[in-house]
Amino acid sequence: MPFQFDHDRFRDAALELIRRSSTDLPEDVVLAIRKARDAELEGSAARSVFNSILKNIEMAREKSTPICQDTGTNIYYVTIPEGVSMRKIEKAIVEATQEATRKTYLRPNSVDSVSGKNSGDNTGIMSPYYHFEEWDEDSIKVELALKGGGCENVSAQYKLPDQRLKAGRNMEGVYKCIVDMVFEAQGQGCAPGIMGIGIGGDRASSMVMAKKQLFRKLHDVNPDPELASMEDRLMVDLNKLGIGPLGFGGKTTALGVKIAKLHRLPASFFVSLSYMCWADRRHSMIYSNSEVVYD
Amino acid sequence: MIKINLPVSEEEIRRLKVGDEVSITGTMVTGRDAAHLWMIEEKPDEIREVLKNSFIYHCGPVVEKKGEEYRFVAAGPTTSIREEPYQGTVLKEYGLRAAIGKGGMGAKTQQALQEHGAVYLHAVGGAATLIGQSVKRVVDVFKLEEFGVPEAMWVIDVEDFQAVVTMDSHGASLHKNIREQSEKVMKELVGID
Repeated sequence: MPFQFDHDRFRDAALELIRRSSTDLPEDVVLAIRKARDAELEGSAARSVFNSILKNIEMAREKSTPICQDTGTNIYYVTIPEGVSMRKIEKAIVEATQEATRKTYLRPNSVDSVSGKNSGDNTGIMSPYYHFEEWDEDSIKVELALKGGGCENVSAQYKLPDQRLKAGRNMEGVYKCIVDMVFEAQGQGCAPGIMGIGIGGDRASSMVMAKKQLFRKLHDVNPDPELASMEDRLMVDLNKLGIGPLGFGGKTTALGVKIAKLHRLPASFFVSLSYMCWADRRHSMIYSNSEVVYD
Repeated sequence: MIKINLPVSEEEIRRLKVGDEVSITGTMVTGRDAAHLWMIEEKPDEIREVLKNSFIYHCGPVVEKKGEEYRFVAAGPTTSIREEPYQGTVLKEYGLRAAIGKGGMGAKTQQALQEHGAVYLHAVGGAATLIGQSVKRVVDVFKLEEFGVPEAMWVIDVEDFQAVVTMDSHGASLHKNIREQSEKVMKELVGID
């Protein structure tokens, strides 16, 4: 049977995706946090912060309540079969978002930038927002990330060359920008963070690509050997900064570094960092005629 | 763990040092961006009594309404540095004894902590369900309609609310120390001085 879009069924599936994203931290992230905790000395502030974080993760999952009260910008990457209406998908997601707000999986988090008025249900201009792509499968893939304001505020974009950092238009220059950005973030973005990085593109595409990296599992390996080795190098060096969980000082400042490259104009060289807090709330679902599978 | 009951005296607060872990019980008030601007620009009187010798908590909670009752579902700290332009003045104006948040604050707040006798307390950012457990009751709320749920000033009863002193009334700041230490490493890695 060809793919069929059922509004109610899709809306309910999206609601469950939101619930999982807000209340249930992905296993790879939990494992990385546990490992970071175990690396800290017994009795240290860092260890005690990690223990609170882990206790919170467990409690949120059990009670099905938000891991963090800032349920963030809801970022959707949706992949659809040929011919499926994007508007219908958006409509169903909007309804799921409103229902998720009523059920307190989401905080009312969408504010009119001119009047200051909170819409009360998380909807508004570009809220939530979507990226659509098409594929050959008979199913819809929906990836969702909830990205809070603290870590979004410390995210940044540099352009090379950068005189202050003595950073040129090469990978060494990219490295210097990232080290400086993570230093500047200190504990403000709820360290330890996951660094999604876009190299090249224009100002917008560079950041879109940086954010997309946040959907990669922490243990995956970049297929591009040069980027893979930069990811490894940054993982080691960022953790030398000693900023630690929430800026209390400690051995782990970065839980992951994920880099993608884009072609750029000869004149432009952007380096974009999308900093994701330790509460890296992301899940996905594959929605088909017969079933919905969550990851 | 040092137990603090609200309201608290200046003397008791002046005894606290960076690194001290505290457990707070009593009535305190949430307040973030819109609230701080309100307190600076309009100096409202209706909140003076609840703020005096109490703490302000930088937090935009997730709140459930059942009938006429409100309940905190999730309530971790928000980033405090956004209140840096206002915090010192607000602490003094309303006789607050602490700001609770995450990420620390800057020189202007530090100076006010010293002059006025107050501390900055750090709660675990992101630990919203865990911290929400220590909020036992919503007593009152100011500006809910106008500011919305996250920005309203919620008057809450807390029990065993845990935090760490990261800036004290003697000029010490953990955040300043960590920044200085990490700056050395950053400069070494990047190769600048």
